[in-house]
Amino acid sequence: LCLLAALAAAPCAVAQAPPADGAAARQAQVERLREELSALRDEYAARLASIEERLAALESPREAATQTAAPTAGEPVASAPVPAGATGAGGPSGVPPVYGGAAATSKIFNPDVAVIGNFVGAAGRGAGEAEPALAFREAEVSFQAVVDPYARADFFLTFGPDEVGVEEAAVTFTDVPGDFLLKAGKLRTAFGAVDAMHVHALPWTDRPLMTRNLVGGEEGLADAGLSLSRLIPNPWLFLEATGQVYRGSSAVFQGSQRADLTWLGHLRAYRDLSESTNLDLGGSIAYGSNDAAPGAHTRLVGLDATWRWRPLRRALYRRALARTELVWSRREQPGGAARAFGAYLDLQYQFGRRWVAGARFDTSERADDPTVRDRGASALLTWWPSEFSQIRAQYRHTRLGDERRAHELLLQLLFAIGAHGAHAF
Amino acid sequence: MPRSSRRGGLPALVRSLVLLPSVLAAGALHAAVNVVASTEDLAALTREVGGDKVKVDAIARGYQDPHFVEAKPSFIFKLHAADLLVVVGKELELGWLPALVQQSRNARIQPGADGYLDASLSARILDIPTGPITRAMGDVHPTGNPHYWLDPGNGRRIAQAVQAKLSAMRPDDGAYFAARYADFDRRLREGEKRWDARMAPCRGAKIVTYHRSWSNFVERFGLDVIDYVEPRPGVPPSPSHTIELIRKIRREGVKVLLVEPYFDLKTPAAIGRETGARVLVLPPSVGGEQEIRDYVALFDHNIALLVAALEGGGAAR
Repeated sequence: LCLLAALAAAPCAVAQAPPADGAAARQAQVERLREELSALRDEYAARLASIEERLAALESPREAATQTAAPTAGEPVASAPVPAGATGAGGPSGVPPVYGGAAATSKIFNPDVAVIGNFVGAAGRGAGEAEPALAFREAEVSFQAVVDPYARADFFLTFGPDEVGVEEAAVTFTDVPGDFLLKAGKLRTAFGAVDAMHVHALPWTDRPLMTRNLVGGEEGLADAGLSLSRLIPNPWLFLEATGQVYRGSSAVFQGSQRADLTWLGHLRAYRDLSESTNLDLGGSIAYGSNDAAPGAHTRLVGLDATWRWRPLRRALYRRALARTELVWSRREQPGGAARAFGAYLDLQYQFGRRWVAGARFDTSERADDPTVRDRGASALLTWWPSEFSQIRAQYRHTRLGDERRAHELLLQLLFAIGAHGAHAF
Repeated sequence: MPRSSRRGGLPALVRSLVLLPSVLAAGALHAAVNVVASTEDLAALTREVGGDKVKVDAIARGYQDPHFVEAKPSFIFKLHAADLLVVVGKELELGWLPALVQQSRNARIQPGADGYLDASLSARILDIPTGPITRAMGDVHPTGNPHYWLDPGNGRRIAQAVQAKLSAMRPDDGAYFAARYADFDRRLREGEKRWDARMAPCRGAKIVTYHRSWSNFVERFGLDVIDYVEPRPGVPPSPSHTIELIRKIRREGVKVLLVEPYFDLKTPAAIGRETGARVLVLPPSVGGEQEIRDYVALFDHNIALLVAALEGGGAAR
């Protein structure tokens, strides 16, 4: 068959051969091209040699240093050219690695990509829906980059054992008139101190009972919506007001119609007490429809307070934090409004460069049945092999309502790769 | 005619109210440039050039590890009001500054904007990795060593970049900034003569440092760093590396071990006891000690201590 094809092709090739009278002109053209090609080859050889020379100089910085022993001031020095706006924007920086020709210049605009793995093991008798003995809880993949001079975008996708979810996917407009910061997309809400935190950023392996009972559990109040926040300048403290509106489709709020939106307000006040201690206070309110009955609403009111201590000279080795959060829930449901209260107290102390100890005390009534109260207490120990991984042990004692007390040991392994690993924790 | 006078009065009031913001804005034009620098070194260099035409605030204190600074909301306020942000760059502030700048709601100082000055772009950078890099190498800075301000030549280059930036922002004060820079340059030159003379007997001396903070300093003054207390940048000392280091210090006759003020002295002190090398706490930044108030004083202080330690020999601390 190949032979046949070749035979069929041959006459075509012959037919395409140039007529005899054009041959001389073609010959001249070929000669000219050959000359150009050889000139080009020489030029490239020279360039290559000079590049190799510079590379050699770069590879032995000491030698290079003696060569340029006294560089004059202001002379542009052999530093890596960083495109304006790349460093610090969360964007890539430095010399883009050259993988292959033209593609390298487009790669520099790729978003920062990071993956964080969250592996949890549990032992002992659990309470309620107990965790499995070993579970790969989730892999969180993040893509973050600057969109244009006016906005940046952050995507966080979670891959759990059975589902893929969007943890957050939002655009942030940094340059809105009136000093506002505008966010749009799927967001974790600004309710309280820890609802906005992703699961790997929590100081525990689980969320407090209060979060579970009143503020939507693991999913929290995360929803599609808009967030507008503004600093309130004043000479005494850092004050930030945030207003958010959501579609009304979260674990707590369920709107059946377009108008059934969830509204949320948050006020944060922060003040440095000294160089090493500070106080962070917050107040939150959320209001929206629930699915208990048509026209029924839920209102959440929260207060949070955080005290931090970190001496600057010993910042690598010592740190303490005390945090408490209180939430009051009022849920309209058939049979009247249910009023429930929940709170936790969290204590953390870093006693070595890689070691943090902690404790948490939980109490919470249930949103739909305030007569039932759940209680819990945990002791935690976290070890950081590096900034990009951590191993955490949590002893957890839980008593759900009047059920038997549960004693559990949870072990968590977190590990991060990629561009954002450094401050993902 | 009272009516017409009234008519004339109201527009005048309106006019003055309308004009008020622009008058205030004109006043602001002649007010000091609000500068935030990520470290006290950059703040000091900016003050040298800017004099009383700038108001400079630093975020990281000189006795603090500049890699690990808490992104406190109080810094957001400072950044919100800033006209100019001067950063070290080379990913030194990667863990804390981007988050603060994003929340500052200040378009003037966003990366790439006119009020954003990356000092590393005008400096001479060392330790730029050549081969492939991974985090197995520890806390590597893929674009080079960010502790470059410890070479007076780089201090001069940074000051020059600041001068160019300030002059562009306040063209009317260009001559003032140029004169300030010239004066700083003169004092720095005098300093360099002084420091070179004092360091001359110590040229080629072998030392060990805790972190890789001193690359530009030792290169400028001809010292030889044979190893680090950290087995890899940013990784705390390990027993096996420490044992190996003790052997090396004995073999090579290292007399001085430099430690930045924010690191734990336990391991360095143990190494000092074992080997007789002197442990010297040397601040790599302005403000690292109370008496180090400016850039020239940083070198005066450090070189006096270093020369004393190197010449004093084996008295272990």
